[in-house]
Amino acid sequence: MNVAETTYLEAIRQAMFEEMDRDPAVVLMGEDVGVYGGAFKVSAGLLERFGWERVIDTPISETAIIGAAVGMSYLGLRPIAEMQFIDFIACCFNQITNYAAKSHYRWGAPAPIVVRGPSGGGVHGGPFHSANPEMYFVHTPGLKVICPATAYDAKGLLKSAIRDNNPVLFFEHKFLYRRIKEDLPAGEYTVPIGKAAVRREGADLTIISYAAMLHTSLEAAAELAKDGIEAEVIDLRTLLPLDRETILASVKKTSKLLIVHEDTRTGGIAGEIAALVTESAFENLDGPILRVTSLDTPVPYSPPLEERFLPNAAKIVAAARELARY
Amino acid sequence: MASTLTREQHLELYYWMQLNRQLEEQMVKLFRQNKVVGGLYTSLGQEATSVGTAYALGPGDWIAPMIRNIGSLLVRGFKPRDILTQYMARYTSPTLGKDGTSHFGDLKEKHTVSPISMLGDLIPVMTGVAMAGRYLGQKIVAMTWIGDGGSSTGAFHEGLNLAAVQKAPFVLVVENNQWAYSTPVARQVPLRDLADRARAYGIASYIVDGNDVTAVVETSRQAVERARGGDGPVLIEAKTMRMQGHAQHDAAEYVPKEMFEYWKARDPLVLYEKSLNERKLWTAAQKKEIDARVAREIAAELAIAESGPFPPPELAEQGVYCDGCHTISADWKRPKEELMPPRASVNPNWTVGDFGALENGAKSAARAVANVSSREQSGNGDRPAPAAKSAAKPKAAKKSARAKAGR
Repeated sequence: MNVAETTYLEAIRQAMFEEMDRDPAVVLMGEDVGVYGGAFKVSAGLLERFGWERVIDTPISETAIIGAAVGMSYLGLRPIAEMQFIDFIACCFNQITNYAAKSHYRWGAPAPIVVRGPSGGGVHGGPFHSANPEMYFVHTPGLKVICPATAYDAKGLLKSAIRDNNPVLFFEHKFLYRRIKEDLPAGEYTVPIGKAAVRREGADLTIISYAAMLHTSLEAAAELAKDGIEAEVIDLRTLLPLDRETILASVKKTSKLLIVHEDTRTGGIAGEIAALVTESAFENLDGPILRVTSLDTPVPYSPPLEERFLPNAAKIVAAARELARY
Repeated sequence: MASTLTREQHLELYYWMQLNRQLEEQMVKLFRQNKVVGGLYTSLGQEATSVGTAYALGPGDWIAPMIRNIGSLLVRGFKPRDILTQYMARYTSPTLGKDGTSHFGDLKEKHTVSPISMLGDLIPVMTGVAMAGRYLGQKIVAMTWIGDGGSSTGAFHEGLNLAAVQKAPFVLVVENNQWAYSTPVARQVPLRDLADRARAYGIASYIVDGNDVTAVVETSRQAVERARGGDGPVLIEAKTMRMQGHAQHDAAEYVPKEMFEYWKARDPLVLYEKSLNERKLWTAAQKKEIDARVAREIAAELAIAESGPFPPPELAEQGVYCDGCHTISADWKRPKEELMPPRASVNPNWTVGDFGALENGAKSAARAVANVSSREQSGNGDRPAPAAKSAAKPKAAKKSARAKAGR
C-alpha cells in the first residue's frame, strides 16, 4: 500500500516523527521548531506529540545548538539540530568542523548528531537565505553530507542519518519542499548513506547532479532525447562519502561527463568528481569534463539576477550538445 | 560552619596538588630534553583551582577540562602516564597519538569530555551534557572551566545563556589567571570581577580565592549541589595567577615582576602546607610520606610512558568515522514512557506570564529592583560557607545599590 502524494517537506517531517516514535533518544532542537513548528513547518506537530523535553525551542544561538547537540550525543542521545535556514550554519562552523567532526578521530568519541535545514536558491531568498554551503563540509573529514532530491530519499536518508553514529549534515532543498511529491511506501524503509542513484539510463553521456538540479538535469535530458542524445543522469544523493563506483561505472559506459550543481563553480563538487574521473577513468574519456554551475558570486536577490546566477535546463542542454560533438 | 572535609580528605587534596605540581615539573624536564613533541602548557600556581573544583564532584558527574586542568584530570582518575604520553605523542596515549596535551577524554568510565583549542566551545557542549543527564534522569552535574580570556568568546555567551534558559545542572568555573597569553584581564573584560557576568544570565555566582584549596572545595561543593538541585547553572570565579608563560616557549616578560612576587607569596601549595601545619592536620612524617609517594609514582609512570612506542604511520588513516566500532546507548534512569506519547504529549502553546509592558514606568522599575534582590537571595553573588574564609565577597548589597542607582 502506498501513501499518495507525499511532499518532500512532509517526507522529512515523517522521518523525524517516525524516528522519535521509535526511539526516545531522538530529540529535536532549534529556533522556533516547537510551538511554531519551524519556519517552514517541517516540525509541525512534533512538540504536541513528543513534549517540551524532546522538542526544544532554543535561543538564537547556532553555536550553542550544535555544541549542546554534541554534548547530548555523548550521553547516548541522537539529537537533530535544525538550522532555520542553512545559511546560518556559518555561525556554528567551528562547532561542526572542529568539535563534532574531529571527535571520533581524536579521542574515539562518536557524535551522532544530525544538522538539518533548508538550503538552496530559486525562491528569491537573497544572499543570506539561499546558500548551498555543502562544500565547506565536504572538505571536512569526519562529517557525512547528504543532499536528497526526492521525497522518498529525503525520508529514507534522514532516517539513516538519525541512526548513523557520525555527525551528518542533511541539506534539504527548500525549492523542492512543496514543489515535488510522490507516493511513498506506507511501511518502514531507509535509504543507505553513500549510494548514488541512476535516475535515467543513457549511453551517450553522463550527467551527474544532486538536489534541485537533479530535476533540472532530468528536464534537460528529456530535451536532449528529442535530438537523439541519450543522457544517463546520476543523482549523487550523498556528497560525503562520494559514491565513486557509480560515477566511474557510468563514465566508463558513456565516455563523456557533464556535472551540474547549484553550488558556485570554484571549489564545487564538480572539481572533485573531475579529478576522480581523470585519475581513475582517463582512458575512457572521449571529451573534456564539463560543468554547469551557479556563478562565482553571492546569490543575488532580484529575479532576473538570480535567474542569471542559477543553472537551468537550457544551459545544461547547451553544454551537453557541445560535449556530444566529441 | 565547620569545614566539610575530613582529615583524610585534607591529606588527599595535598596529594593531588603535589602530584599535579611534580608531574608538571617532570614535564618541563621532558620538554627541555626535547621529548615533548609540541608545546607544553603548565598550571603552576593554579593547582588549587584545578584540584579543588574537580574534587567537589561525584563519580557520576561529568567534566570537560581545559588545557591547564591537569589536576582535574588526576582527581578524575586519569594517570600521570595518560598526560605524559599525550605530550610525548605516543601510541600508548589516550588518543593513540592523534592529539596531544589534555585533549583527551573518556565517555564510559571517567565521564570526561575532551577540550579543543578553540576556547569557549566546551560551554555549549557541557550544557548539552547537563541537559542530556537531566533528560535521562541521571541527576548529574556537568562542569567545565574557562579562562579570563576565553570568557570573551561568543561560544561562552551562547553556551551559558542556553544553560541558563534551560536551567541546566551545569557549573562553569571561570579560572581568572590574570593573563590570556600576553594580554592582561583588563584588556579582555572591563570588570573587576568576572563573576559579575553571571548576573547578565540571571544565574548564581561565587567568587573564591583560587589559591586556597579548601575554599575552592567548599565553594565548589555548594555550587555543584545547587546546580544538582535544579536551580540552574552556577558560575564560580576562581581568582588565581598563571605563574609561567602561556607555554614553555614564553618567558612571560610582559608580566610585571611585582605581580609574580605578589602571587608567589600566595603559592597554593605553600599556603596549604602552612594551613595543614597550623591546624595540626598532619605530621611531618605524613607529609614526607605523601611527598615520597608522589615522587615514586611519577618515576614509575614516567618509565611506563617513555617505554611507549610512537604510533604506526597507517593509524593516520583510521578512525575518522565511527562505523560499527562503538555501540551507542544511553543510561536511562527514568522510565522511557515519560518521554513517549501519549505521556509526553502536550498542549503546544506558550504560557506567557509577563507581557513585557512598560505602561507603568515607576511600577515596572520597582519590580525590576525587587526581582534583582530576590534573584540575589537565590544565588547571585552569594557568599559561600564561612569556613571558606577567603571566599566570596558580600556582593549582594553592593549590587542592589548599583541596580537602584541605575534606575
